[in-house]
Amino acid sequence: MIMRVAISFVSAALALAALAAPPAIAADTPNPAADATAFQKFFTNKFPKLKPEDFVNGPYSMNEDLHRQWEEKEQFPPYEFALETGKEMFATPFKNGKTYGDCFPDKGIGIRQNYPYFDDKEGKVITLELALNRCREANGEPPFSYVKDEMASLTAYMAFTSRGKPFDIKIPDDPRALEAYQKGKEYFYTRRGQLNFSCATCHVQAPGERIRAEILAPALGILNAMPIYRSEWSGMGTISRRFTTCNSQIRGVPLSPQDEEYRDLEYYLSYVSNGLPISGPGARP
Amino acid sequence: MSMIRKSMPSGHDTMGGNRFSLATNAERVCAEIMLKIKSSTMRNLIAAGLIACTTPACAASEADFKTAYAAAEAAEKEAGALRNQWTTTEAMLTAAKKAAEASQFDQAVASSKEAEALAKASIFQATSEKQRWKDLEIR
Repeated sequence: MIMRVAISFVSAALALAALAAPPAIAADTPNPAADATAFQKFFTNKFPKLKPEDFVNGPYSMNEDLHRQWEEKEQFPPYEFALETGKEMFATPFKNGKTYGDCFPDKGIGIRQNYPYFDDKEGKVITLELALNRCREANGEPPFSYVKDEMASLTAYMAFTSRGKPFDIKIPDDPRALEAYQKGKEYFYTRRGQLNFSCATCHVQAPGERIRAEILAPALGILNAMPIYRSEWSGMGTISRRFTTCNSQIRGVPLSPQDEEYRDLEYYLSYVSNGLPISGPGARP
Repeated sequence: MSMIRKSMPSGHDTMGGNRFSLATNAERVCAEIMLKIKSSTMRNLIAAGLIACTTPACAASEADFKTAYAAAEAAEKEAGALRNQWTTTEAMLTAAKKAAEASQFDQAVASSKEAEALAKASIFQATSEKQRWKDLEIR
């Protein structure tokens, strides 16, 4: 009898313990929230003098001289022309009378911080650049090049209307969304090209260091300022342009803009910068 | 002794890296084999053979180019399936084709072989990185 009671007691205790203990997480199970915390901590530890929001200024946050250059640049920002063009394009109706605003929530104003998002119907990541071209096509207009000025102007205007709003990328409770996030992370850390570089080689291992004449930007907040005017390009650049150029600089053949890998990469990089303000359009050396 | 090149081999990267040039390595290995052969008669025979192979009679043919190019293209296609092609492989394939169009089949074969070696290196990279990327992850 005593034995039976003891067995029941032990069984109940074990059952309670099993309920109370969190489920064991395998080492490889993606945990985006923990990733984002570790990611942001890595950079704030590496650059203890910087406030989290400073990171969105990329190389201009890396030292005082560059920061002064950025302040002066912002007096007459080189992206201003693109911004004005973008505003005009955004307001101009398509041939069917509709506008870009009709394709987006809140008429497309102040929504940049929510892109990219995971579309559960399609099961894929949708970036702002992709959404803009889909909007054009849905209204009978030809798509823009993802790497040229028109797309940069449109996204510059949309980013401007979101300035100061923190990145708020969501990963819904959907294994496909988690998979997209994980693939983006894998792309970020995978070495490629003949130079055997990953995105992380420059933007995690060496931010603030020089690569030839350039100062490398930290990965944290790197997309918050997009699109950017780059002095090196003498023009504006979209996120697609940035990704494809990075690939070719390390002697890798770039994928096509907005291929799934790049969309997943944007999803990952934006998510780990959640909470940092949108500062686009930006300017870079 | 004079067969060993004193100048920097074409595959050597002045930045200290390795550009995966198998063709250049093959030249060096041949020279080393020649030095190891003790018999002078045998050495002379092989040397004569090698000299003969520099004449047009022993030059690479269009068929050699086609074979070498097909192998390079197949390897590059495999790298493409892994989404990891290199710009240098593409450049070497273009160079091979251009040389073949100018009927410079020796050059065309050499460029094709270089392209194949580069493509194989990119395949190796893509395959090994499937696990290695985790070493870089911020945790």
